[in-house]
Amino acid sequence: MSAVVENHNHHDDHHHGPKKGIMRWLTTTNHKDIGTLYLWFSFAAFLLGGAFAMGIRAELFEPGLQLMDPIRYNQLVTMHGLIMIFGGVMPAFVGLANWLIPLQIGAPDMAMPRMNNLSFWLLPTAFAILLSTAFMEGGMPGFGWTFYAPLSTNYPNVAYFVFAIHIMGASSIMGSINVIVTIMNMRAPGMTLMKMPLFVWSWLITAYLLIAVMPVLAGAVTMLLMDAYFGTSFFDAAGGGDPVLFQHVFWFFGHPEVYIMILPAFGITSHIISTFSRKPLFGHSSMVYAMVSIAVLSFVVWAHHMFTVGMPLVAELFFMWATMLIAIPTGVKVFNWCATIFKGSITYETPMLFSIAFVVLFTIGGFSGLMLAITPADFQYHDTYFVVAHFHYVLVPGAVFSIMAAVYYWLPKWTGNMYDEKMGRLHFWLSFAGVNITFFPQHFVGLAGMPRRYADYALQFAEWNAVSSVGAFLFGLSQLLFLYIVVKTVFAGKKATPQVWDGADGLEWTVDSPAPYHTFDVPPKVK
Amino acid sequence: MSTETTDHQKYYVPESSSIPIVFAIAMLFFGVGAADAVMGKGTTLLFIGVAAVVATLAYWWSVVIRESHAGLDTPQLNTSYVYGMAWFIFSEVMFFAAFFGALFYIRTFSISWLGGEGDKGLAGELLWPDFVATWPPMVTPEESLMGEQAVTKGPDESMYLHSIRNLGTWLPLYNTVVLLTSSGTVHFAHMALKDNNRKRFNFWLGITVLLAFIFVILQALEYYEAYAHLGLTLNSGVYGTTFFMLTGFHGMHVLIGGIFLATQLTRSAGYNHFTDKEHFGFEAASWYWHFVDVVWVCLFLFVYIL
Repeated sequence: MSAVVENHNHHDDHHHGPKKGIMRWLTTTNHKDIGTLYLWFSFAAFLLGGAFAMGIRAELFEPGLQLMDPIRYNQLVTMHGLIMIFGGVMPAFVGLANWLIPLQIGAPDMAMPRMNNLSFWLLPTAFAILLSTAFMEGGMPGFGWTFYAPLSTNYPNVAYFVFAIHIMGASSIMGSINVIVTIMNMRAPGMTLMKMPLFVWSWLITAYLLIAVMPVLAGAVTMLLMDAYFGTSFFDAAGGGDPVLFQHVFWFFGHPEVYIMILPAFGITSHIISTFSRKPLFGHSSMVYAMVSIAVLSFVVWAHHMFTVGMPLVAELFFMWATMLIAIPTGVKVFNWCATIFKGSITYETPMLFSIAFVVLFTIGGFSGLMLAITPADFQYHDTYFVVAHFHYVLVPGAVFSIMAAVYYWLPKWTGNMYDEKMGRLHFWLSFAGVNITFFPQHFVGLAGMPRRYADYALQFAEWNAVSSVGAFLFGLSQLLFLYIVVKTVFAGKKATPQVWDGADGLEWTVDSPAPYHTFDVPPKVK
Repeated sequence: MSTETTDHQKYYVPESSSIPIVFAIAMLFFGVGAADAVMGKGTTLLFIGVAAVVATLAYWWSVVIRESHAGLDTPQLNTSYVYGMAWFIFSEVMFFAAFFGALFYIRTFSISWLGGEGDKGLAGELLWPDFVATWPPMVTPEESLMGEQAVTKGPDESMYLHSIRNLGTWLPLYNTVVLLTSSGTVHFAHMALKDNNRKRFNFWLGITVLLAFIFVILQALEYYEAYAHLGLTLNSGVYGTTFFMLTGFHGMHVLIGGIFLATQLTRSAGYNHFTDKEHFGFEAASWYWHFVDVVWVCLFLFVYIL
């Protein structure tokens, strides 16, 4: 550890390149390297969580128990959720934030580069602890990613789960502090808050949400740990506590968490739609206000996840109305995207295809969310496949599609090479078909009463489940194509110009492609 | 948008560093060790983890201090530290908010519903007919049903002030006085530092550190009393649960804050660090200290008085 000495010697010679070999990635303080690490980690988690999903869909291909016992099935469901949320979607957005925020605001790096590296390396640490339970007696957690008490307080190996979540939380909090400080303190001269690109805005709000709710998640798992191993009574009615308290604490974290996974997607979509419509974004400032409103409202809607647990009527009504209010700022955003496309000179490159699909399919997920927000109706839908269909529509063609759109959109900037457009479009259409074949039928079986989180189901649901499984395998396989396209682009492809897309606007397009190891040592002036 | 050169001071971006990855490995030991310890599989890994975490952090901060003395800090970097610390304290506020929220929920809803009151009281009426909703609950619902055979039994005595005559021997009052005073003394220290009076600074900071550790000792004494004489433990139902979790996490933060301040005292008294203009290490510690103090005021109000 001779970092300091080296610093002194080389400080004047600022344009040092990366270290050689594996040490570059272990010790890097460069926001581009760390962004790359996050994105590859996220892709690995996406494949692992995807493999678990394939296991789930294989078991559900037909009624009866074919491949696994129900306990194994529950473990797959749980780990699929945890890996996709904490290992897939969130790190992907943090990776994009690392790559793009300094480039978009004209900063030399993130505000605290070493802490940035720590934020990343805590993730593999946490997942190593979480996955190590697979090799222990009692196995992996099987209580669902929401780990409701008292099931979780009576589950084997829950302590490993708890400390893994603590470390993930520490990683997220440090990452978010870094993002906020970078945005607040390191914008190029002239870049006022309202001139800030929307991806940066979306991350400023997301980071605020993360710092506000990750500590609450830490509180929830701590209470769980104490109840499970130290005899406290937070969630035990016999001692004066209440299992429903767990759900309140968890969803106070959980609902803002849902928006943590979608706000950066809003930012990405705004950039891409504007670029490929060759028009400035319609209603830039209303987009900002809409995101802020969504973030504020996200703190007062949590109990719509628990309408059926037995709350006083006044609470049910409050949370129903508050939830429906969110449709307004979300509607503003969808309207603005449509208005941006309206009369634009549109071309349909892969990022644009993913973004248009995002707007359409995310809106379907939003509408089913509105249905679920209606308390009396939710008594019917609660814990059915309708809910599964709803949140997969906002997360897969929502969050995941926006991440894929972002990768195609900025990949030329990262690698200096253009991806193969034909292959990209093929990947899009396969994913688009796969996602809809998988999740649309789940609306039907859900409305017909199929409960979620069971390894087996009644015979009348067989056809649509078979269709859903076929769609899932198609979607899963087509992601291998995505891996192939990205790897190919890293090593070869048509050279990209600095501008890359003729309609693109922003500081990141003023630097070379690939972006040099260090950019904006001297901040640009923004007019 | 153009890229004109300005007379801009370069933001210090450190060279690649092994500290974070070493810290992440230390956290691996810490996480696995903590889980092992909780599940009764031994504490060796936990001790290795804690030692490694402490050593890495100490080294990391020493590097930051050396960099600052080497003049690598720009005003912009200092602003990053200021914002960073502020947001970190906000995250701590939210951590305590989770536990205060649990306390309010239990006091307002759980206990009254279990006692058969209100909208959702029917289940309590049927399951625990003899349970009476009071705060603090000296008899748990289980105890109201099973008597002596209950696993979770209420405490013999609570930490509330039972009679005004006992005020002189009521420990929480002393704790409050100690902590409120320390918030004043740390402020006096700050003013002394701004006056460039190192002697006075060291004196007031020393008093603050002393008060911090007096608080921790008093708190330990209170816990001993609770376990030995009042029958109040982690297992005495929701009262014991919320009492120990809230005061326990607060006490842990006092300990951390005390060590934080003691480090600043060592830096000033032993190494002549800090000037009247540049003393962010101390300022961060004092913010943290004021935060811990505010949490105590809330605790005193909602755990000991109301």
